[in-house]
Amino acid sequence: MPITTKIGSIKFGILSPDEIRKMSVTTIMTSEVYDNDGAPIDGGVMDRRLGPIEPREICPVCGNTRDFCPGHFGRIELARPVIHVSFVKHIHMYLKTTCRACGRIKISETERQKYLELLKNLEELGIRYLEKRLFEYIRRKAAAAQKCPHCGAKQYKIRLEKPHTFYEDRGEEGQTKLSPIEIRARLEKIPDDDVRLLGGDPVDARPEWMVLTVLPVPPRAVRPSILLETGIRSEDDLTHKLVDIIRINNRLREHIETGAPNAIIEEEWELLQYHVTTYFDNEVPGISPAKHRSGKILKGIAQRLKGKEGRFRGNLSGKRVDFSARTVISPDPNLSINEVGVPIDIAKILTVPERVTPWNIDELRRYVLNGPEKWPGANYVIKPDGRKINLKYVDRKALAESLAPGFIVERHLKDGDIVLFNRQPSLHRISIMAHVARILPYKTFRLNLLVCPPYNADFDGDEMNLHVPQSEEARAEARLLMLVEKHILTPRYGGPIIGGLQDYISGAFLLTNKSTLLTREDVIDLLGVANYRGRLPEPAILKPGPYWTGKQLISLFIPKDFNYKRPAKIASASALRCIDEDCPHDSLVIIKKGEFLIGVLDKASIGREEPESFIHWLVKEYGEDMARLFMDYVYRMFLRYSEKHGFTMGYTNLLLPPEAKEHIRRIIEEKKKEVYELIDKYRKGELEPRPGRTLEETLEDEIIDLLSKKLLDDVADAITPYFTLTNPVIIMARTGARGNPVNLTQMAALLGQQTIRGRRIVRGYFNRTLPHFKPGDLGPEARGFVAHGFVDGLNPIEMFFHAAAGREGLTDTAVRTSQSGYMQRRLINALQDLRVEYDGTVRLPTGEIVQFRYGEDGVDPMKSDHGESVKIERVIEKIIGWRI
Amino acid sequence: MSKKQPNILEHELVPKHEILSPEEALEVLKKLNIKPYQLPWISINDPVVKAIGARPGDIIRIIRKSPTAGETIAYRYVAVDTVKPKKKGA
Repeated sequence: MPITTKIGSIKFGILSPDEIRKMSVTTIMTSEVYDNDGAPIDGGVMDRRLGPIEPREICPVCGNTRDFCPGHFGRIELARPVIHVSFVKHIHMYLKTTCRACGRIKISETERQKYLELLKNLEELGIRYLEKRLFEYIRRKAAAAQKCPHCGAKQYKIRLEKPHTFYEDRGEEGQTKLSPIEIRARLEKIPDDDVRLLGGDPVDARPEWMVLTVLPVPPRAVRPSILLETGIRSEDDLTHKLVDIIRINNRLREHIETGAPNAIIEEEWELLQYHVTTYFDNEVPGISPAKHRSGKILKGIAQRLKGKEGRFRGNLSGKRVDFSARTVISPDPNLSINEVGVPIDIAKILTVPERVTPWNIDELRRYVLNGPEKWPGANYVIKPDGRKINLKYVDRKALAESLAPGFIVERHLKDGDIVLFNRQPSLHRISIMAHVARILPYKTFRLNLLVCPPYNADFDGDEMNLHVPQSEEARAEARLLMLVEKHILTPRYGGPIIGGLQDYISGAFLLTNKSTLLTREDVIDLLGVANYRGRLPEPAILKPGPYWTGKQLISLFIPKDFNYKRPAKIASASALRCIDEDCPHDSLVIIKKGEFLIGVLDKASIGREEPESFIHWLVKEYGEDMARLFMDYVYRMFLRYSEKHGFTMGYTNLLLPPEAKEHIRRIIEEKKKEVYELIDKYRKGELEPRPGRTLEETLEDEIIDLLSKKLLDDVADAITPYFTLTNPVIIMARTGARGNPVNLTQMAALLGQQTIRGRRIVRGYFNRTLPHFKPGDLGPEARGFVAHGFVDGLNPIEMFFHAAAGREGLTDTAVRTSQSGYMQRRLINALQDLRVEYDGTVRLPTGEIVQFRYGEDGVDPMKSDHGESVKIERVIEKIIGWRI
Repeated sequence: MSKKQPNILEHELVPKHEILSPEEALEVLKKLNIKPYQLPWISINDPVVKAIGARPGDIIRIIRKSPTAGETIAYRYVAVDTVKPKKKGA
């Protein structure tokens, strides 16, 4: 729809009593709501004139039915004025800055003229922030005056007692309460120009309007009653509150008319003020919130608007939508990374509107014939006159027959449709990406494992949402901007965020390993999985029979002009490092002219979050589409090989020979001895304190140094010779598939020192951690040293310390998520409207400049070479096949 | 207190600030297609602004080192700052 009207500005004001009376259709006078027949009473809060709420009811005011009547306001004439809580601060400001006798601003006439002139100029220039500062300045100045510069009346301090009582401090006379009548009288006296000088608006927000004399009663549709199953009518909180206000208002009026004692009137006035206050805001500090009989706290008008579930955040900024679905997710490595598997039951509910044309009419006829129950069918047909026909209740054969160009068919979701897929919390742009739907049996959404990291998804019960774009523009944008393959590179640093993980990496390593030789059957199987169409390459080995290497298979998929040289992940272990091509460990990956020459593929080449890797250059130089195909097909081959080869890990893979265990035991003993020597030295007073630390702290620091870093490093060195790259645990750790050398030592050898907040464990009993130790024992075992690994098993005391230290991590994560969530919200709110303009500057929508050049260099990190606009090393490598 | 205040302009962490001549300022505003107040503001009470003697309404060019771009240029609009800086502990 074209935009016909633009909102230029919005201005908020305060309703004047006159306006309230003018817009109201009736005064509401009785606290009775319904008569004995259950019909609403005229002059009650559910008066019919406030607008119809029953389906075929006609509005007595405008003659419309429920759907077209906008609703009408009523009013309550208050017996005595009351203060509007939301404006107490403003009222206080006006009282402080104006004369109590003549009502004029407490600034001398000359100054007053000067500021009026200044304000006029600022308004003409449209500089709002300076206006604000001027008001602030005038207010401060006016509030400070002790005597009125106009009439000379002595001024007193006005004190606000929260939430809505004002006192005047009259020196010797003491404190006097100001009644709303007096307050209103004073506000009325303020001249219009003085209101302007104080930042007010005398036309749309006269200060005296902040003291209510008439209360508007909102239409019935604003506060609908609910009919419970038992037939009992349950009224809205606002209705209850309005009844309370009317009841006390009537009582107060009666008492005033009959001339009741002042004390009673005061008391009831105060009660009226309370009811009106809680009607507006039931969370005002300083007064007890109004409650239901059941004790449930009532919702005031403010509560309807405020907070996460309030009107703004809950219904306007974010709302519930149609054409969406949510279910559990599960993995499917055979889908493309661009696809999402959609259960057939969901596909029969989500629809895409498709306009009938001569080219699709046959197909759409078939869908209409299939109807809503049979997939692929359709749920609705929209005729050119705009009528929507539900295919559930209609002769579908006849309708399909009458289908003609111009009709719109809301057909079921089918293979190839573009949909948006999302997992909360949506912290990223990559938390919502477009996928191509693939309708599958069963009841879960299916997704390729490689797209788990951007969503931070796993399959332990995670659920995800799916949305179907309904317009051609939305679908085009989704396909061109949001498709998964467009997000392989992250805008964070321009490296791949989608890439191999876990068994993809161990599979790639096993396949490209030097010792892997494949028979013809193996090769056909693997290439079949990878969807290879073409001739088999020449076998690498001819005698005793034809054998192929894994590298040969990979080469088939690499573009013929691709050059690459980089150490593999396994080369990060010093024993397997190579400097040049002459590499006995096969740990240097070299690809020349698309030919995979030496090296193994592991995390450094095909893994995620590995910038400047094989997969990164593939995406950058051959496009997302090419990289996606590579990930869909070649990565599947890695998994297939992993299945063929068999890959498992168990207890026995972690066992150490007796001599190794003995060696570890000796290392631990040695370190323990050193610790005891330190303690001895400390006891004898021979320990030298480190600068800036106490003696005790020094001892603790040195012990931690000994027991954690040094000890674990020594043990790791001792066990590495016993673990080689034939061991699956080592394959996973070294290739970067899962785990690291520290985990290894922790399993095979020992866990080492357990710490809480970087200190040895000291909590528990007085001077000892557990009753198993003597008080004051500073030895390793008494302070959380665990000398066993998971293979040997922990003793009960060690297990206790390990659990204690493990808990710290859990609490930390819990605290961090909530904190970072709120920080994220604040950041997004602050930054959401910033925009990079065509001239490269970053600006606010109003044109104010935030950055003179985006990121100071104007580079889009997503399209950069790992942060730089051009990486020269890679250009050279690409051309001469060599890295300098 | 008798010690002389060091010249902050010579400090290595203070980038180069220069006041633009009216012609230069006009050129910058034209290039960016903006009014002066749409530039980021700098307080007249800013130590460097005081040191180079800029006056309200002046436009200052700041040339600083950048980790991403080597050297970048930013502009600031000198503004009067009526709100007095809060005293510490207030």
